[in-house]
Amino acid sequence: MSTNGLEGVMQSGNHACAKIRARWTEFSQWVNLDSNNLSDGQKLAVKYFTVAVILFFAQIVFGMLAATQFIYPSFLYEILDFNVNRMVHINAMVIWMLYGFIGCVYWLLEDESKTEIVGLKLGNIAFWVLTGAVTLVVLVYLLVQIGPGKTSSLWLINEGREYIEAPRWADIGIVVVMLIFFYNVVATFSKGQWSGIAGVLTLDLVALAGLYVAGMFYMTNITHDQYWWWWVIHLWVEATWEVLVGVIMAWSLMKLLGVKRKIVQTWLYIEVALMFGSGILGLGHHYFWIGTPEYWLTIGGFFSALEPIPLVAMVVHAVYDSGSHAFKNGNHPALAWIIAHAFGNFFGAGVWGFMHTLPQINLYTHGTQWSASHGHLAFFGAYATINIAFFYLAIQHWRGNVWMSGQSENAWRWKWALGLLNVGVVGMTIALLIAGYEQSFIERAVEGSTWAGYFSAQNHPSFQSAMIWRWFFGLVTFAGLILLIWDLLTIGKTETRKAQEIISE
Amino acid sequence: MNDTPQPLWASEAFWKKTAIWVTAGSFIVLVVLTFDSLSQTKAGGTRVPAYSVINKKIDYQYQAKLFKSIPVIGENEFLFGKELTEEEAFQLVDLGKKTSQAKNCMNCHTLLGNGAYFAPDLTKAWLDQGWLSTQLREDAMVKFLIDPEKNARTFSSNRKMPNLAITEAEAKGLVAFLKWMSSIDTNGFPYNFKTIYAEQ
Ligand code: HEC
Ligand code: HEM
Ligand code: HEM
Ligand SMILES: [Fe+2]
Repeated sequence: MSTNGLEGVMQSGNHACAKIRARWTEFSQWVNLDSNNLSDGQKLAVKYFTVAVILFFAQIVFGMLAATQFIYPSFLYEILDFNVNRMVHINAMVIWMLYGFIGCVYWLLEDESKTEIVGLKLGNIAFWVLTGAVTLVVLVYLLVQIGPGKTSSLWLINEGREYIEAPRWADIGIVVVMLIFFYNVVATFSKGQWSGIAGVLTLDLVALAGLYVAGMFYMTNITHDQYWWWWVIHLWVEATWEVLVGVIMAWSLMKLLGVKRKIVQTWLYIEVALMFGSGILGLGHHYFWIGTPEYWLTIGGFFSALEPIPLVAMVVHAVYDSGSHAFKNGNHPALAWIIAHAFGNFFGAGVWGFMHTLPQINLYTHGTQWSASHGHLAFFGAYATINIAFFYLAIQHWRGNVWMSGQSENAWRWKWALGLLNVGVVGMTIALLIAGYEQSFIERAVEGSTWAGYFSAQNHPSFQSAMIWRWFFGLVTFAGLILLIWDLLTIGKTETRKAQEIISE
Repeated sequence: MNDTPQPLWASEAFWKKTAIWVTAGSFIVLVVLTFDSLSQTKAGGTRVPAYSVINKKIDYQYQAKLFKSIPVIGENEFLFGKELTEEEAFQLVDLGKKTSQAKNCMNCHTLLGNGAYFAPDLTKAWLDQGWLSTQLREDAMVKFLIDPEKNARTFSSNRKMPNLAITEAEAKGLVAFLKWMSSIDTNGFPYNFKTIYAEQ
């Protein structure tokens, strides 16, 4: 009886597997990509890009669930509570962006070092280990969600610290995978050749991985806890990630537009000096109100106010180079997303960041939807955009380096995806900005941030309609993403013309 | 292009050196400030009181001369009716802190203003007038944390905190953690907060 049952289960399992396999074959025939068009490093890169897109999708789905709960608080109450949806939303974001960055680096590694990647097999193993771990972490987030107030919960379920909630076992796994990645980068450059870009990239990766370790400790003292927590979050997004995208941009401008190496490398050093020179001590804008000494009000305010300068420099660089090369290039969607990156980075991080970074203002905006407004525009504008540009670059080569332009067949898809995603995120940003100002005024200034004051701000009509507008523009973003995925799967399928060769001056 | 000698500001080598020096310099300053900040904010200092501060009355009062509110530590006011040693107080606050992480409070609430914006800031939750009376406060908080659904307030927003399977011991730890956190000197954030001790 029981064997029968087991056999039955196995049979239907086999059946389901066969079905999935058949579907998969059908799907890949429809997509019709030829991996022979890619080098080994690029094959590894597109694995990372694929998972990145899937996680991007998950990010948006859970963002929509969380946004719905602002409007209908009983939606999924005690099933998938707000904290769970939000955690998956922001963790999926951090992880897909890291996947994207790793993909970008593997993409440019062989080209920049002029040799084949050294640890291909190791890189593949690391990819599968990381992807397995990410899957397990997400399943535990969704199915277990929370644990008792014991150390074991922090090791196995979640650490309960925004953005770096991953349980400790996964932290250790992530560090190991990062070390493998780092080995691959350094060993490949060492075997081939080093360059200015390679040097900046390598040192930046050391800092990026090292900072993660600062977030791996439990502390009872919440002031110390948040002190180190910001080392990871701030020094990632406002220092090491910015320099990483600087590296990726430098390489892209050479490849997409044919800008001279000497020019992009000089710019890269200028950007590193300005970004680290302002961003490292700019960390102090998170140390105003967490118990840390008063000198941070001055240091944090001053240095973080300088952070927009490198971001302006980046816009100037990208736009000037594009203009001076008459926007001539063989991948229009990628170039469009790179321009979106330059402006998104400047507005989201530079302008929106600057507006609330002085302590006299931050006293009122701190911890309101104002921060969420900035967070959305900055993460999307600075980091989602450049990853999407690389998705287009990758798909172009995967299809055999075909021509991709504004006049290609079905070009409306990439144009509309570009439009919908940007309009969606900007719309959400504005809605959240209105909500944030209303909260700063009513909850923070007038009512003094009490329990009752919090809810008078939440119940205010301008806040409530802002939440509805955010939801609506979230839907626009979601539509843009679906179109983007469809476009990535199909763009260039019927194109036979080759992209024109870009030759560096 | 041509061979005229390059000005310094256009030279790659110059900017490379500048990048290295600026980065190293900023980082060293950060490390020095970090040592200072961590030592000034050890639990037991003036900015971050010892965990046994939960044996005392804590208030948060506006200082006209400083243009901001600061925590004011008063006479004895034992938590749950019992004076705790430094070690016992640490154990209790630690249980609360761990519970706050294991239950993921930070993805609904802000603590010291950092976290999520779906629920009220917890920095001064211990001092909130929402607990109605100082005599009933401790029990009200424990009851609320154990069953926030039944004890919901929501101020007609209908946005309830869910049950998070918090035990009574964990709830007491959380209350101790919240009381201790309210004693931290946060440079005047939140501004204009009127505590449960203030004249209504
Ligand atoms: C799913 C989101 C969610 C999570 C997770 C959550 N809370 Fe809440 N919390 C709320 C909401 C919503 C309210 C307002 C409830 C009301 O007014 O009835 C609230 C209210 C409170 C209050 C009273 C507000 C005040 O200003 O004093 C305290 C204290 C509190 N929560 C503590 C915690 C602690 C501690 C945790 C973690 C163990 C936690 N909460 C986890 C949503 C959440
Ligand atoms: C691409 C770069 C950036 C990204 C991705 C980014 C992202 C974010 C995010 C997500 C938060 C919210 C953190 C939280 O959850 O509490 C935040 C906070 C903040 N950011 Fe940025 N940021 C960037 C650059 C900047 C810059 C350049 C500035 C200043 C000029 C700035 C100023 C601030 C300030 C002051 C806060 C604190 C908000 C508060 O008090 O609640 N950011 N940032
Ligand atoms: C469908 C689109 C989206 C919706 C509906 C959505 C919704 C949300 C919601 C409800 C929150 C919680 C805010 C709070 O605590 O009150 C949030 C946080 C956040 N989301 Fe989104 N989001 C979307 C897309 C994005 C995108 C595209 C990005 C970036 C690439 C992003 C980055 C973030 C970040 C960084 C936070 C944390 C902000 C902070 O703590 O200040 N989201 N989002
Ligand atoms: Fe920051």
